[in-house]
Amino acid sequence: MTEMVYGAAPMRVGDPVLPRWWRTIDKWTLSSVLLLFSIGLLLGLASSPPLAARNGLDPFHYVERQAFFGFVALGVMMVTSMFSPDLIRRLGVLGFFAAFVALALLPVLGTDFGKGAVRWYSLGFASVQPSEFLKPGFIILAAWLMAASQEIGGPPGKSFSFAIAVVIVAFLAMQPDFGQSALILFAWGVMYFVAGAPFILLIGMAGLTMMAGTVAYYNSEHFARRIDGFLSPEIDPRTQLGYATNAIREGGFFGVGVGEGTVKQSLPDAHTDFIIAVAAEEYGLALVLVIIALYAVVVVRSLYRLMRERDPFIRLAGTGLACIFGVQAFINMGVAVRLLPAKGMTLPFVSYGGSSIIAGGILMGMLLALTRTRPQGEIGDILMRRGR
Amino acid sequence: MIRTPLRPLARILDARAKGQNPDAIERENLRVRHEQMRDQSRGRAEGRLLILGAVFLMAFGTVGARMGTLSASTPEEPRTAYTGSSILAQRADITDRNGNILATNLATHSLYAQPPFMIEKERAARKLVEIFPDLDEKRLIKDFTGKRKFLWIKKKISPEQMQQVHDLGEPGLMFGPREMRLYPNGSLAAHVLGGTSFGREGVHSAEVIGVAGVEKAFDSFLRDPANGGEPLRLSLDLTVQAATRRILYGGMKLMNAKGATSIMMDVHTGEVISVVSLPDFDPNDRPRPLTTGDQSDSPLFNRAVQGVYELGSTFKIFAVAQAMEQGLITPDTMIDTQGPLRWGKFRINDFHNYGPQLSATDVIVKSSNIGTARLAQQIGAEDQRTFLTKLGLLEPTALEMVEAPSIKPLLPPNWSELSAMTISYGHGLSASPMHLAAAYSTIVNGGYKVEPTLLAGGRPRGERVISEETSAAARDMLRQVVVRGTASFGEVEGYHVGGKTGTADKPKPNGGYYEDKVIATFASVFPAHDPRYVLIVTLDEPVETSGTEPRRTAGWTAVPVAAEIIRRTAPLLGLRPEIEPRPVYELTRVNN
Repeated sequence: MTEMVYGAAPMRVGDPVLPRWWRTIDKWTLSSVLLLFSIGLLLGLASSPPLAARNGLDPFHYVERQAFFGFVALGVMMVTSMFSPDLIRRLGVLGFFAAFVALALLPVLGTDFGKGAVRWYSLGFASVQPSEFLKPGFIILAAWLMAASQEIGGPPGKSFSFAIAVVIVAFLAMQPDFGQSALILFAWGVMYFVAGAPFILLIGMAGLTMMAGTVAYYNSEHFARRIDGFLSPEIDPRTQLGYATNAIREGGFFGVGVGEGTVKQSLPDAHTDFIIAVAAEEYGLALVLVIIALYAVVVVRSLYRLMRERDPFIRLAGTGLACIFGVQAFINMGVAVRLLPAKGMTLPFVSYGGSSIIAGGILMGMLLALTRTRPQGEIGDILMRRGR
Repeated sequence: MIRTPLRPLARILDARAKGQNPDAIERENLRVRHEQMRDQSRGRAEGRLLILGAVFLMAFGTVGARMGTLSASTPEEPRTAYTGSSILAQRADITDRNGNILATNLATHSLYAQPPFMIEKERAARKLVEIFPDLDEKRLIKDFTGKRKFLWIKKKISPEQMQQVHDLGEPGLMFGPREMRLYPNGSLAAHVLGGTSFGREGVHSAEVIGVAGVEKAFDSFLRDPANGGEPLRLSLDLTVQAATRRILYGGMKLMNAKGATSIMMDVHTGEVISVVSLPDFDPNDRPRPLTTGDQSDSPLFNRAVQGVYELGSTFKIFAVAQAMEQGLITPDTMIDTQGPLRWGKFRINDFHNYGPQLSATDVIVKSSNIGTARLAQQIGAEDQRTFLTKLGLLEPTALEMVEAPSIKPLLPPNWSELSAMTISYGHGLSASPMHLAAAYSTIVNGGYKVEPTLLAGGRPRGERVISEETSAAARDMLRQVVVRGTASFGEVEGYHVGGKTGTADKPKPNGGYYEDKVIATFASVFPAHDPRYVLIVTLDEPVETSGTEPRRTAGWTAVPVAAEIIRRTAPLLGLRPEIEPRPVYELTRVNN
């Protein structure tokens, strides 16, 4: 009767958004990312004042910028993580095309910051590197194509996505930016692997790579010198790597103390590529292990949650995003400890860099959205023993 | 395994028979298949994701372990970026055969500016110009006040200049240690040494690299730290080189020649004892190459090695030696010298008419073109070519200078009989004086092939080219040329000089020969009976004007210069004069 008089109380169709978000989000990953961002700010306080002094800026100029961009990135991450997978797919594909156009127009409109490569658009107060935004977009697009190819009567999505990857790599190699091209290829390879690449092909490719590497080693003097220099136990203490290695040694297990480090004075890239050396020097192995553990938690937790995922698109996209995030961290730290040959790559969420941290926020937001708990037909599994 | 059909045909047919729409059954079937595929792919992906996760865990674990080992190791002592002393004495010295320094290094400084650190830029520019008058003040001010952050001002400065610049008290003017190449003997052996310049330059050091001569030919040896600074010992004798240069310079002026060159070579080892080419230059301040005109007029041009000339009658001994070696003649065989000798429309003439016949010795002594041309006809073009190749006259010399390998003798395009005849008296084939010195050494040393070298110690004895007897006979003929022939001014008492003159008209740049320009050459050997050294003296366009008419033949120009060189240098080389006691009964005619 009351309803007839006053009208029906508005009834919600689903749960409220925020509680559902909080219930389904992967809290381990989320807290790891937040912790990494705070560690980044903490290290920025140590590593960037010398650079600011060199550029004649306020000592904490870079920390302030990092904090500003970081909070923007965290906001972007939170919003993105609330999207549904379908919305992620649509926006990701659109974003990919936008970033791709931006990348293609770089030679015409881009700015060369005196580093010999045109990778940035200058927006006055900040600069944007389109390839950072291209990576998550590409992963979404490739995952969509690969998932579609698994449908009955679907398009040959694996070939399409590989062709797109090759085109992007060609554009990136023109800049030249071999680090980002390698990341794109790696992401595609991981997704292809999870989408069910034949093992014969994988073994064949591994063999071919080994053979090509051996041939290159014996035939190309330049390549051989790079590898020999990397393999030799001696290291010239005057190079960036030498400073970084020395800083890690100085730090020992518990560091020389907050603000007591010296490597930030001598390394021009202390706030980006070699920030792990600053961490190791001032806070010692303890903090470094914490950082490594946080990255490992993000990657392994995400992969674990994706294992239960039934939707091929979500599984592939999530895998690509988690792996590209993890491998970037791995390469950055591997270079600093000379596990890998020198290659400039930022440490996600920790290194300084406006466009890289916002792109990282988008990437992580997408990953969080894709790894949210969803009904996966567990009852069906239990009752019908499907999928086992 | 039970195969399930792709389409549930039985159910569809059943439905059709009942008049129902089979689409719903098809869709249902498709959905079920889809579900199955998804489950299957999920099962596969589960395993692969597990692998990925494990790989990532291992990778991060490796990084962590590596960090741990690095943290546990002790850090290296920080080293300074460079040590100032390490750049000094990088390049080895060059010495002569006795260890006298020909080229060494001097520690000096370069001067550079870093304008951002400068305080009083205009004053600094003004004061710098006072110290270095060759600098341009306006230019300096422009450089200092402009956008430049770094500029070189002087590559080498003296200690006094350094002190003066230091006293300016300008913090933006800085000094970088430098090693500079010093040639203490100035222009002596300039062409052999060549010169150096700076290669890659940094603030803390600069590479010194050879640009010519042995400095370039032995550049890697001189810069090789593995040699421990051991000097490069050349075959040159500094004393002989100095004496030769003085005499040759005087001779060149007296004979009004525009250029001169001399080579003294050990006949057995091929070691070059002295080599002079005039005009020369100071390698401490190497002049720039000529941009216009004839490069052979540049002081940088090394006539002894780079100059290829028709060397005239000096070649006659090769024809005669070959004829003797082949048994065609003996020194006493009479040879038809009736002139002129016609070959087609060409006529070969002698300087004087020497009558119908001359002995082979006299063909050399009197320098008869007709005689040697007839011998060349007997020998034949092919054999002559083979013989001259064996003497090394047709190939670049093996001398250790960067310039040498590119200097190829000029040969006639087709080696006809006429070419053979003219080549027998030194026309139609151009070679460098260095070629001639090596060939003469081969002829007189007993017949062993000699290749010239600039390194002390020489080369091992080469293969035999002519027999000991032929060599002895050739030496005797050369001696007779000095005793009673065209080179009578060449007699140096006690040193038994033998030799052969050669006067060749200079070719015009566009065909034909000059009437009044010659290349006069004297190729000599001393002592003739036991040869030790060959001396080649070549004068470019000499004119001797003491007589009533200008004389240009080698006997009047090159020979006296060579004689003076032998007279002065033979004692330096440790040769004792052998003076036969005069017969006591000889009467000395005295003019009243």
